[in-house]
Amino acid sequence: MASRDRHINFALMRDRILADGEGGNGKQYWRSLEEFSETEEFRQLVEREFPQAAEEWDDPIERRTFLKLMGASLALAGLSACTYQPPEKIVPYVTQPEEIVPGKALFFATAMQMVGVATGLLAKSNEGRPTKLEGNPDHPGSRGATDVFAQASLLDLYDPDRSQTLTFREEIRPWSNFLEDMGRAISAARARRGAGLRFLTETVTSPTLAAQLRAIFTEFPQARLHQYEPAGRDGARNGAMLAFGQAVNTIYRFDQADRIFSIDSDFLSCGPGSLAYAADFANRRRVTREQREMNRLYVVETTLTNTGAKADHRLALRPSELEGFVRAVAGALGVQLGAAGGQGTGAGAHANWVGALARDLQQSRGRSIIIPGDEQSAVVHALAHAMNDALGNTGKTVIYTDPIEAFPEDQMQSLRALVADMNAGQVETLVILGGNPVYNAPADLSFGESLNKVALRVHLSVYKDETSELCHWHIPEAHYLESWGDTRAHDGTATIIQPLIAPLYGGRTAHELLSVFSTQTDRTAYDILRSYWQGQMRSGGAATGAGRAAGGAATQGAATASGQPAAGGASQPAAGSAATTARNNTNSSDQTTDATATTAASTPGPVTPATAGTASPSPDFENLWRKAVHDGVIPNTALPAKTVSLKADWASQLSAPAAQPSSNQDELEIVFRTDPSIYDGRFANNGWLQELPKPLTKLTWDNALMLSPTTANRFGFKNDIGIKGGDVLVSTANLSYQGRTLAAVPVWILPGQPDGVITVHLGYGRRRAGHIGTGRGHNAYLVRTSDAPWAGAGARVSNTGEYYPLATTQLHFGMENRDVVRSRTLEEYLKASAEGEHEEARDPEHKPGQDESMYPPYDYSKQNAWGMVIDTTTCVGCNACVVACQAENNIPVVGKEQVMRSREMHWLRIDAYFKGDPNYPDGPEFMPVPCMHCENAPCEPVCPVHATVHDTEGLNVMVYNRCVGTRYCSNNCPYKVRRFNFHLYQDFNTPTYQLMRNPDVSVRSRGVMEKCTYCIQRIQWAKIESEKEGRPIADGEVVTACQAVCPTQAIIFGDSNDPGSRVAELKREKRNYGLLADLNTQPRTTYLWSLRNPNTEIPDKA
Amino acid sequence: MPQIFHHSTNFLARLSIFGAVFILVAAVWVLAEINRSSWNTGQWTERQQPVQFSHKHHSGDDGIDCRYCHTSVETSSNAGMPSTQTCMNCHSQIWADSPYLEPVRESWRTGKPIEWTRVHDLPDYAYFNHSIHVNKGVGCSTCHGKVDEMPIMYQASSLQMEWCLECHRAPERFVRPREQVFNMEWRRENTTTEQLAQGRELVSANHIRGPLSLTSCSTCHR
Repeated sequence: MASRDRHINFALMRDRILADGEGGNGKQYWRSLEEFSETEEFRQLVEREFPQAAEEWDDPIERRTFLKLMGASLALAGLSACTYQPPEKIVPYVTQPEEIVPGKALFFATAMQMVGVATGLLAKSNEGRPTKLEGNPDHPGSRGATDVFAQASLLDLYDPDRSQTLTFREEIRPWSNFLEDMGRAISAARARRGAGLRFLTETVTSPTLAAQLRAIFTEFPQARLHQYEPAGRDGARNGAMLAFGQAVNTIYRFDQADRIFSIDSDFLSCGPGSLAYAADFANRRRVTREQREMNRLYVVETTLTNTGAKADHRLALRPSELEGFVRAVAGALGVQLGAAGGQGTGAGAHANWVGALARDLQQSRGRSIIIPGDEQSAVVHALAHAMNDALGNTGKTVIYTDPIEAFPEDQMQSLRALVADMNAGQVETLVILGGNPVYNAPADLSFGESLNKVALRVHLSVYKDETSELCHWHIPEAHYLESWGDTRAHDGTATIIQPLIAPLYGGRTAHELLSVFSTQTDRTAYDILRSYWQGQMRSGGAATGAGRAAGGAATQGAATASGQPAAGGASQPAAGSAATTARNNTNSSDQTTDATATTAASTPGPVTPATAGTASPSPDFENLWRKAVHDGVIPNTALPAKTVSLKADWASQLSAPAAQPSSNQDELEIVFRTDPSIYDGRFANNGWLQELPKPLTKLTWDNALMLSPTTANRFGFKNDIGIKGGDVLVSTANLSYQGRTLAAVPVWILPGQPDGVITVHLGYGRRRAGHIGTGRGHNAYLVRTSDAPWAGAGARVSNTGEYYPLATTQLHFGMENRDVVRSRTLEEYLKASAEGEHEEARDPEHKPGQDESMYPPYDYSKQNAWGMVIDTTTCVGCNACVVACQAENNIPVVGKEQVMRSREMHWLRIDAYFKGDPNYPDGPEFMPVPCMHCENAPCEPVCPVHATVHDTEGLNVMVYNRCVGTRYCSNNCPYKVRRFNFHLYQDFNTPTYQLMRNPDVSVRSRGVMEKCTYCIQRIQWAKIESEKEGRPIADGEVVTACQAVCPTQAIIFGDSNDPGSRVAELKREKRNYGLLADLNTQPRTTYLWSLRNPNTEIPDKA
Repeated sequence: MPQIFHHSTNFLARLSIFGAVFILVAAVWVLAEINRSSWNTGQWTERQQPVQFSHKHHSGDDGIDCRYCHTSVETSSNAGMPSTQTCMNCHSQIWADSPYLEPVRESWRTGKPIEWTRVHDLPDYAYFNHSIHVNKGVGCSTCHGKVDEMPIMYQASSLQMEWCLECHRAPERFVRPREQVFNMEWRRENTTTEQLAQGRELVSANHIRGPLSLTSCSTCHR
């Protein structure tokens, strides 16, 4: 390995900062600390055509061997071309299903649930194979958008590492064996009235599953349910108990809020309802010629989040300071905290901030929101409830309902009780439905050891994981795209999960496993689900929301289960398409067109309102049911708002403010957070998510201890730019916390992190995840404890002196020092805009005219001129577009080794630009960068084989078959958006991946350049459909994959020649500017300035 | 000292230079012709099918419309292949015992589809859409030949890109009135002045895009 002295390190950077005083070289924006300090090594790195060593030969095969092989293969190459391609087969149906037309995709409503909360989806099905997921516009938890997890969950369905067989102690067994074994256990349990029978699930919101469980508890009164989520919401639940004496579900109306104060809540990118919240939040920030106002977001948080990045004012506090700060704000807002509460003491240095914030919030009484993060303590949640109450927000911007959980409970207590009972030998049979507690239970509970004391252990899961290993029976679970089920949205709306394909590996659902405990052991999930809702809709339960008190009624109704066929892959979606037909009869629109309409064309809704009246006769149920399956939601099941009031003595029950941890310099505070890509570890084997650059660090394939620059410096931790390009050699640390240790964890220096705090993401270090996830990163669950699952004090780190390579994309495809991201405050903007300035006109750089080109101009005014506008004000950096692009365009995963050489293949990247002092940075600003489709594209003249050319509509198209891989185009692209297949990244051999690919997009092989096509396949689809009908393409008919999933509609695509189109309208905005437009590339993708709305009372650096 | 090379060797030198050029050109031409030949393209090659299905009999003699079996040709990229059920609509009544049809009856009995051999196989990077061609007035026989005279189906065109471009560069040479699209008797190509004039009228009436747009790479490749 080359000498480390060659590389820049933190010491150099610090010297540079100290020498320059104010801010490095005075450059406004920076993407990494290396860029900020601008060392010679960094200059060299960015000036290379490809980052260093990207072209070096260091594969295990030696050069001589390579030459020998090449010689042989060249000699044989001629021969291999002399074969005919084997003839292909055409295999038509025996009986053609009515809706399926080969070549036309169908969309079915379904839903994905995480932590019990549904994201409604429309799944695209090509001849029965789900190939893409879009948001369901009719679903309150989606509104047509999806998050990264839902997008990437498609890859899980086709993961060849999924569990494929039912096993007993690792031996393959048939289902009937399992039934016999369970039969014995159940009769033994029945004799004990269920004592010793336990169920461990993730959060249960599914009405049907809840009814099944209740029926079981009726029959086995002593049986018990335990729920555990590693990223549970105990703080929120306990906070509500503290404030109101009852568990509530809180829904926020960001569309009504002018001022928002987030207490460590990442509501824009994570958690229940985040898609809806991000949409509402962004709508109040979209400044246009008509809308001249913005909301204002204050964020107090520890680790930088996407929400913190969008904040108008962000304050980084240590976890131990946070509660005191919130008490201070509560005091300033006039909340009486009583003697025990202790009025705000924590404001201290931030008194100005608190005062300004409180004044601002009070000026927006009833139009503000205080939102605490799920990771915060019960006290903070209670304080937030009280502050919302004091501000008159309750009932206006903050709505309370009953909890969406079917069995709300303190999950950590529940797990503790289970472990205690297992240790006491009181658990005979434990049925674990989903989840992976052996891996992700807190370390102090030693769940694995206790589990071994249970006589019969059953685990249902999609993967054979750490928990399956310790269980007797492992049952492969059906992926949600293979199973019938139901769940709830963040507002309680009951949502149907509809299968798109028959289980690939014979997986079972939780419903089917629980039916083993009933008298009918062989019911399908469809029968169970349908008969439950038949009972509900007949009893009018659908109208009143929930049938949560329905008890075992559903299972008794089993006998009435109708004969709707639900077996077999083809007939399952058919139930949904039948619903399509049913709906279309009322719509009198063309059925086929409707069923295949792309998601963006929002589903037309003139449907008979579903009045789930009492005692509906059966035909009505059939219609209601089909409509519910078709729409994906059961109408009128959103939970009604309820009035709750603060308990009189809530303030006196607040625990006294926690003592400030000792100011011992060696002891740090530690914060645990779910990973932005792989969440709590459940997506560890998902290559799309592993390779997704995390929004703020741009790390891939790893987690790290994140420290502030100052703290890292204190311990001598360094982040060095490596020798290959995308790799960063970082120091490693030994972490010890509460007597537990993690050895040699890489350290990442994160701007905006408060001093003295370590943040570590959960979900890595899986021992048994699959080929992709096993052994990646470090397992933070090993030091996480049940009493302080999210934050604690007293962690110690020591520098090992060793280095570890991390793969990051932050420095890749750099654009040197050009002023690419532009931001100003609302005030400045309104002033400039009132003076009639246009961004293009005030552009400081030379703005060349279109005729200043060596090449003759082309007249694009006669056709559609496709263009895109990206609003950097509303982009929250959630990464959903990156994964959507990957799914839509068959983009391969390349692996950590290749990312370290800057060879990642994402067609769309999101650059994050920080601003100002690295310890207290502003931003970052997020800037999604796809291909600009320049009208004067610099890539085109340099291609020797005309592999990249323009089409008549202005698209810069890539002809894969002509490409010979010179990479001149990439060299000449000022935006660095071209991606080269250095190796054969596509997996052509795994059969399941062949099912997954989008049939409308070429699958690229080795040696070919590729890049964003503006989703040419979607443009062509719309073009052909419109021409067949003899009409022009309507605005909004072509929706690119990135645009479709964007929760904040930050990406708008359309015909910029059509003056009425949204894209043309936005391009006329004064905020519109072309990236590097001074190069006269005439980019078709343009950006809108990022606007912020700071409070003038708060100084820049709090 | 005498010259090493006789003066006449100049002729040999010239001959070899011009000869080399000629040989190279000839080699390129030969390769191009081999590439275009039916040996390479598979044109005219009759494909054996699991059932000895005759388009000549069904389409030519019986006069069954193309769309009876290829149902989605007007609406989808894919023309559609008939399901076994479509065959059995008639063949449960006529030729119900024919030994030739045993594979069809077997498929119907067992639910196992018939595996036909593909005759027209475009490369996977070319995205051909039947519906738009049919709707714009490109007849079946223009590409597929006189199917009603083919007892065994074969590929009537080369299916090479230069063949596609013949029409994409000059659609007026090939388009026909929309009502004649499925007419096997209609001419495959417009050749006379009047026919070309009609072709030009149809191009404008059917809003067929100009050659520049039709020959853009993105029209067929994605």
